[in-house]
Amino acid sequence: MIQENKFSTQYRFAFIDEATKREIRRKLLKAIAIPGYQVPYSSPEMPIARGWGTGGLHVTLAIIGPNDIFKIIDQGSDASVNACNLRNFVQTMTGVETTLDTAKATIIQTRHRITEEKLSKDQIFVYQVPQPEPLRSVERYENKTRQMHGEADYAKMWVSLYEQFVRHGDIMLGAGYPVKVNGRYIMAPSPIPRWDIPNLNNSEAIHLFGAGREKRLYAVPPYTKVEPLEFEDVKFHIEDFKGIPCFRTGYQKAFLDELYYDDGSKHYVINDSNFLDKKMNNEAPIQHENHYLNKLENEA
Amino acid sequence: MQPLLEIKHLNKSFTMHILQGKKIEALLDVNFIVNEGEIIGLTGKSGSGKSSLMKCIYRTYLSDGGQINYHANEGIVDLVTANDYEIIYLRKKGINYCSQFLSVIPRVTALQVVAQPLLKKGYDANIAIEKAKIILNTLGLPEALWSGFPVTFSGGEQQRINVARAIIDPPKLLLIDEPTASLDPNTKDIVIELLLALKKQGTTIICISHDDYTLDHLVNRRIHLEKGIIIN
Amino acid sequence: MRHNSENWLLKVEGLTKIYGSPNNNTIHQTGPQFDSNICPETNAIVACADINFELFPGEVLGIVGESGSGKSTIVKILYFDMEHFSGNVLFNKEPYIGKNILKESNQSKRAIRNHLMGMVYQNPRDGLNFKFTSGGNIAEKLIMAGNYHVGTIREKASNLLEKTEVPVLRLDDLPAHFSGGMQQRVQISKAIANHPPLLFLDEVTTGLDVSVQAKVLDLIRELQHELGIAMIVVSHDLSVIRMLTDRTLVMKNGRIVEQGLTDQILQDPQHPYTQLLVSSIL
Repeated sequence: MIQENKFSTQYRFAFIDEATKREIRRKLLKAIAIPGYQVPYSSPEMPIARGWGTGGLHVTLAIIGPNDIFKIIDQGSDASVNACNLRNFVQTMTGVETTLDTAKATIIQTRHRITEEKLSKDQIFVYQVPQPEPLRSVERYENKTRQMHGEADYAKMWVSLYEQFVRHGDIMLGAGYPVKVNGRYIMAPSPIPRWDIPNLNNSEAIHLFGAGREKRLYAVPPYTKVEPLEFEDVKFHIEDFKGIPCFRTGYQKAFLDELYYDDGSKHYVINDSNFLDKKMNNEAPIQHENHYLNKLENEA
Repeated sequence: MQPLLEIKHLNKSFTMHILQGKKIEALLDVNFIVNEGEIIGLTGKSGSGKSSLMKCIYRTYLSDGGQINYHANEGIVDLVTANDYEIIYLRKKGINYCSQFLSVIPRVTALQVVAQPLLKKGYDANIAIEKAKIILNTLGLPEALWSGFPVTFSGGEQQRINVARAIIDPPKLLLIDEPTASLDPNTKDIVIELLLALKKQGTTIICISHDDYTLDHLVNRRIHLEKGIIIN
Repeated sequence: MRHNSENWLLKVEGLTKIYGSPNNNTIHQTGPQFDSNICPETNAIVACADINFELFPGEVLGIVGESGSGKSTIVKILYFDMEHFSGNVLFNKEPYIGKNILKESNQSKRAIRNHLMGMVYQNPRDGLNFKFTSGGNIAEKLIMAGNYHVGTIREKASNLLEKTEVPVLRLDDLPAHFSGGMQQRVQISKAIANHPPLLFLDEVTTGLDVSVQAKVLDLIRELQHELGIAMIVVSHDLSVIRMLTDRTLVMKNGRIVEQGLTDQILQDPQHPYTQLLVSSIL
């Protein structure tokens, strides 16, 4: 058991040693220079097990400064156990201010969701990624997937989408829909719902992705084209919540959670906890804009 | 009379390496001329060199020496020294070889076998099949057999398909080996008529036959071979 | 048109493949005259050496030989399935004119394989992905050529299956459920999907039932007439060579021992090995 004493008097800022921080930053710069390209990195040992967000944590700790304001969400919620643990860890290791308010944060770490509220050019969005390789489902060998990325040979990926269409009448991927970044690399955007995919495109913020277990970093710099893979006649679409307003606020344009209440009834509630709070307080958070959401407005 | 083929001092022998290099002479110093529009009959016993001569002309056999000057539309070509591609071109352009027996490709119907040369040339499939039907009709092959597989046919039936295929696309030079063997007298006459009709269209024919009737009714001139030498 | 010797589609010069570490004597100490592919000094294996030939548009070239002759090696190198040891291969299609395609980048090689070449393997598992439907396999080729419209892809795939006499109803079935002959025909559909000028057929009927062989061979002949594709047909079976090819190369111990018109090779073989091969037909 790690003694509090040792770390309260002898810790490096942000826990990771300076040489490793530099390495991670260098790799992040390379990732930003080649949008969507997976850069291998050292993925140092953390006091958190693999599979629990070490990748995202590596990125956060490498880039965080004493004046940053840190927010962390897990499936949209600031209050989940893992989000709380990691927030405490970062706060203890850096002494930075933490917040639940999306608009106030400068670094937001996330597990599997993008915030409903629009991100600005002063913000960095850090993703925890389980499987960085979008082609893993069609090719299990790493040397082959690397070659495929290198030669932009994505036919197998496309055929698997075609096969899904043939088998089910639609592309069945839900979370983590593969995207093409900057017209070159196919990227796994981490298991965010389809709803969030359009918000990667042409974003003002920097998006950094860390996969600790797989030891890969990748990035989408601001104002980069990010397109979901689609055929000319089988197009990408977001989740359909038509006719289902949020149970708590009546709002119709956000990604909803399906919740079972104690009395056994089922209701749909806005998933992004901070966005939900703001809506309940009648604040007017600015949402992302994308043509899929705009279509909803027109149809509503 | 324009010459079509001028054969000069043609020699052909076989070296059988499996038999320790034993050499067999097939043709010795063969000389003759074939004029356009002629029908030449090659006669002689088995092993006299008739088939070898035809195969040397068609270039299935590589001649040892001499010349076979062929008056193609584009100019005179020595078939002995021409390269493979020239030969392929000339064959496509109008030298047909019809061997003694039909080489059967399994699972191909009689109509398709006969229509082959036209299909290869790029004719519409329906037109090719129609033409095949006409010829097979003329040759008296029963309609019931048209969609059958020649491998199951009798010798005479196969022979009719063989001849039909050789003449459906009239060539400039037709080399035909025993066209009337295994045919009944009626069909013999029909084949002879067809070959004479080809001649009228401008085809030159060299024909091997043992059958005097055929030779008498078909052939302008006979060339007789004995042990690889022309005896006339 | 009249034969133009400058009009070749593919030109192979000095193609050589050696396994192991050869020395200067390796090539001279192996070959048909030694009845061996193995270098006595270094134990290096000469799979093929000094292979020179040309292939013209629309021509069907046969390569015949027994196991170890090097015939499959040549085709594998030409299709980039295998690295060469030395030699040049020139392809007369833009933008590769004048270049040795064996030295092109992986991207270029991939582009050549997608657009300019088709390959049908002996084992359908080498040419098809058994996890995808037959339509999906053909779709792979079409997508690589830039087709991203599912409706069009399915239409083209259906047409190709029809052409190779595979029931179109099986477009969405997995090849694992097909007979060997049908799997081969799906492979052929996939190979010609992008109308390549050059098709390789490597022992495509070996292992099939005789009646199925006949059907597949006839299909190949028909396609050749219809599409005018140049083909290289590798087989140890002389009757396949006889049925499909205009010209033939005979190989032994990694060298070409004789080449010529197919009917000449079969009826008037010159080289002792060719005579042996031809006389061994059952």
